[in-house]
This record gives sequence, structure tokens and C-alpha cells, in this order.
Amino acid sequence: MRRERRSLGFWLLAAFFGLFVLFLYGPISTIVILSFQGPDGGLTFPMNGVSTHWFANLFERQAVGDFGGSFTRSIELGLLVMAITLVVSVSAGLAFRRRFRGATFLFYLTVASLIVPSILIGLGIGLIFSIAGWQPAWYSSALGAHLTWTLPFGLLIMFAVFNRFDRAYEEAARDLGAGAWQTFRFVVLPLIAPSLVGVALFGFTLSYDEFARTLMTAGSFNTLPLEIYGMTTNVTTPVLYALGTLTTGFSFAIILICLATALILQRRRARHGSDAGKGV
Amino acid sequence: MSPDGAVGEVARGGLPRGRPASPAAARFPRLRAGASYLQVAPLAVILALFLVIPILTIVVVSFWRFDEYRIIPDVVLDNYSYLLTSAVTLGLYLNTLKYAALAWVLTLGIGFAVAYFLAFHVRSTTWQMTLFVLCTIPFWTSNIIRMISWIPFLGRHGLLNQALLSLGLVDRPLEFLLFSDFAIVLAFVHLYTLFMVVPIFNSMMRIDRALIEAAVDAGATARQVVWHVVLPLCKPGIAIGSIFVVTLVMGDFITVRLMGGGQRASVGLAMSNEISLLQYPAAAADAVALLAVVLLMVAAMMRIVDVRKEL
Repeated sequence: MRRERRSLGFWLLAAFFGLFVLFLYGPISTIVILSFQGPDGGLTFPMNGVSTHWFANLFERQAVGDFGGSFTRSIELGLLVMAITLVVSVSAGLAFRRRFRGATFLFYLTVASLIVPSILIGLGIGLIFSIAGWQPAWYSSALGAHLTWTLPFGLLIMFAVFNRFDRAYEEAARDLGAGAWQTFRFVVLPLIAPSLVGVALFGFTLSYDEFARTLMTAGSFNTLPLEIYGMTTNVTTPVLYALGTLTTGFSFAIILICLATALILQRRRARHGSDAGKGV
Repeated sequence: MSPDGAVGEVARGGLPRGRPASPAAARFPRLRAGASYLQVAPLAVILALFLVIPILTIVVVSFWRFDEYRIIPDVVLDNYSYLLTSAVTLGLYLNTLKYAALAWVLTLGIGFAVAYFLAFHVRSTTWQMTLFVLCTIPFWTSNIIRMISWIPFLGRHGLLNQALLSLGLVDRPLEFLLFSDFAIVLAFVHLYTLFMVVPIFNSMMRIDRALIEAAVDAGATARQVVWHVVLPLCKPGIAIGSIFVVTLVMGDFITVRLMGGGQRASVGLAMSNEISLLQYPAAAADAVALLAVVLLMVAAMMRIVDVRKEL
């Protein structure tokens, strides 16, 4: 390591960065603390004793609508969106490595999916279902709405992956007599696996937390963000924070699992002596 | 990891480098092309069903009529003429543009500083990646909860007011902290600075360090290096980040509703109110206008920085 005197600029920026991290994590930390309010505590400090009263309160059905049901639905929907995002992004990512008619158009359409305001997607899908007389539901209309948000991320990650992908491995596999599927399954897939964890993370979490596109498309049964939003208008107790703490804890667990998995896969790949995708 | 790669991809102009067909493809050209279409088919079908057709439906419905009970297929310009002549519309757009401008300036300033620190001051790659991930983790958590989490801080009896009161800086709680323009812009900055940090950091990591050394050797001060070398080379990243922030803010309705406490309005919020009153054709006309404005803004940003040139 070089030993070099840090400039004043470094310390100023480091302090700024520290404040930024505090800004990012400070508010969420306060609601985690406040969710352990005593039974008589309110939405703000001071703490009125310490208890898990509000967490217990969450599971009493009459207190906060249908927490269990919406949580389950959100997880199911998230897993569904994750699986579809993975398969569709990888497949499209493979296709975009070759030139084909309409590639540019489809690329811009995917980017458009990212920048079209969410409320338009919700309104449009909601309108179609309403005109056709179909019942919107989380597994149909909301699923489609979520995919318009997760697929662009998935595809862009795949672009980044395949741009750094050394084709020599595939050619070598083919020269050794592997078929197209074998090449993909035993050469390409293991090499891109760590990045696929990233795609999965985007797919699940973006769906699990999605609100604007879900509002008009979820139908009669709420997803968790809709349930939380409903609570903000009529719940004035720390049970709101308890819910926030639980779901954020869940998100953090998912993120950590994904990061750890990606790291392990990368280590394993590195051990096996490949250097493909090191730029990722 | 992935997020920076993904955005970096757009920064360089998006499309992966098309390469000459491999020997196998030369042998079976038609088969390879067919495979491409099969492989993109799911993506194309999903985007057609849930992006293209919904938007076309919105355009069609924007010409329909409606009364208290139902929407009626027709071709009338009532929704647009109301939209364009209503005094409310201009105010809504000005207010929304104000949010977008404030959020843009603040996220850009903060995002640039944070990315600059990560890219140029943190020297070990491990630390760089750790701090980068630390900045991106909140992106994968719920926006609504991140907004709610400001209540204990900004509320009438919140931490900030308590601190100000006990320091004697104010003699009664400040009311404007929560449910105000201040709270709305604060929430936007809190939620979306990430969208600036990631692409700008990605641009900065691509800058050849020799350029900076050359500038320093030629006598540039640190500030001149940032202004004349780093900033111009970060333009693609800044453009990508700006497109994200501006489009997210322009289409937002939930932040304005939650943080504005029903006291503030934006284009998206007005639209969502019409939707909840089942005035779909009016909301559709609003949606078409908003889409046009957003696309114009994106086109302008793409013009300032030719994203495709970065290929």
C-alpha cells in the first residue's frame, strides 16, 4: 500500500460521504428503534418503554387488515417475477449477441419501458382489463405490470455480462463437440451465474416493493406495499413501524443472501481458473 | 456488481457489439436468425402486451367520453380541450417541473460528490465495492417505507423539531417540515440520488487515470481537473442519471401524496385522483400529455449528450 498524505479534499469528501450514508440509513434506523415502542408509545420519540407489543399487534388480524395474506402474495408474485425475468432476460440477452432485424427497435422499446411513468403502465393495463371485463389480479395484470419494470433491468445486466464475455470458451466447447444446449448449460451458464444472481435480486426486490404499477392492477387482493400504503392513511400507531421493520428486515435478508451467493459463485469460478467476466 | 454494469451498458450506447457470425452460423445462417427470434420472442411478447398495447389503449381512451357511471367509446376532443384550457393544468405542470428541477440539481450535486469520492479517493477496490454496495442497498428496499421513515424525524413532535426547540432556535415546532414541498423534495433526493450515483460512478471508473495525471502535470489544480477533465468525461453517466431522476419525478404521485399530506399537487397525483374517481378518459388524456412532456425532456437530455456516440 502506498503511504501518501491524504489531502484536505479527501477528508471533506469522506465526511460528506459519511453524511450521505447517514442520510440513507438514518431514517430507517429510527423506525426500527421506534417499532419497539412500549404499548403506550407514539409515532415519535421519546420511547415510552420497550416492548414487542407492536409486532404482536401486527399478527392480530383486525388491527391491520390482511398482513399475512398480502405478505404471502407479495412473496409469491416476487418469485414469479424473478423466475420470468431471469429466463426472459437471459434468453433475450443471448439473442442480442447476434444481429437481427428489429434489434434496435426492441432495445429502445425496453428502455422506454424503464422511462415511461409507472402510473401510465398501471392505467393502461387497468383500462384493458376494465374494457375487456376481466378481473385484474396479482398473478395476471400486476404480474405483467411488474415485468415491464424488472425486464429492462434484467436485460441491461445481461448486455453488460455478454459484452464482457469471452466467446473463445464457447468456440472451444463447440470445437470439442458440444451441442448448442451443452455449450450453454455447461460453459456459458456457469460463467454467467454470479451475474444471474444480480438479475434475480432485481427481479424479486423490484417486484416485492413495487407500488405505482400495482395500484391499478392488483385487483381485489392487495400486495404488501399496497397494504402498507393503506395503513399510512388510517393507522396512527407504531404498528406501522413494526411492519416497516419486518419487511425491510426481510429485504435486507434477501439482499445479503444474494450478495453472498454471488460472491461464493464468483470465488468458485475463480478457483476453477477462468477469468471470463472479471470486469463485471 | 451488476447495477453499475447495467447502467454502464446504456452509458456506452446500449446495444452489445454485433459481431460477425461464427463459423456455425455461417453454416446455418437461417437457423441462427431463427434462433434469435425465438430467444427474443418472450421479451417482445411481454413488452407488446403490457407496454405497447396499454399505451395505445390510453391513447384511444383519451378520445372517449365519460359520465358519472361509465366511459363511452367515442372520438371527442373534450378531454384534451379541457386539459389545455384549464388553468389548473399549467399550475400542475409548473409545480411538477419545480420538483423535477430541485430534485435534479440536488441529486446531481450529491450524486457527483459521492461518486467522485468513491471513484477517485477510495483506493482499495474492496473498500470501493463495499461502499458502493452500501450506497445501492436501499434501492432494493421499499420506497414507501423509506418515506414513512421520515415521520419520526420531520413530524411536528419529531427529532428535528425537538432538537431545534431544545437548542432554543425556534420557540414553537416548525410546521413546514412534514407535509410540504420541503418534505417532498427531501424524499425525492433520499429515494433517487442512487440513480445518479451509480451511472456517474460507472462513468468515472472508465476514465483513464493517465488523463488526470497529464492534467496535473500540465499544472491543473484539483478543481480544474474536476471541471475540465472529470466532468466532461462523466457526461454520459450524468445524462443517464438525469433521465432516471427526471422521469421518476415527473411521473410520481405517491411521494407527493405521502410527503405532501394532501396539501400539494403534481401531474401524476392529479391523474391518480381522476383514476380513483373512475374518470378514465380524462386521466388518459392527462397521461398522453405527460408522456409527451416526459419523452420531450428525455429527447432533450439525449441531445445534450449523444449517448449512442459513446459506443
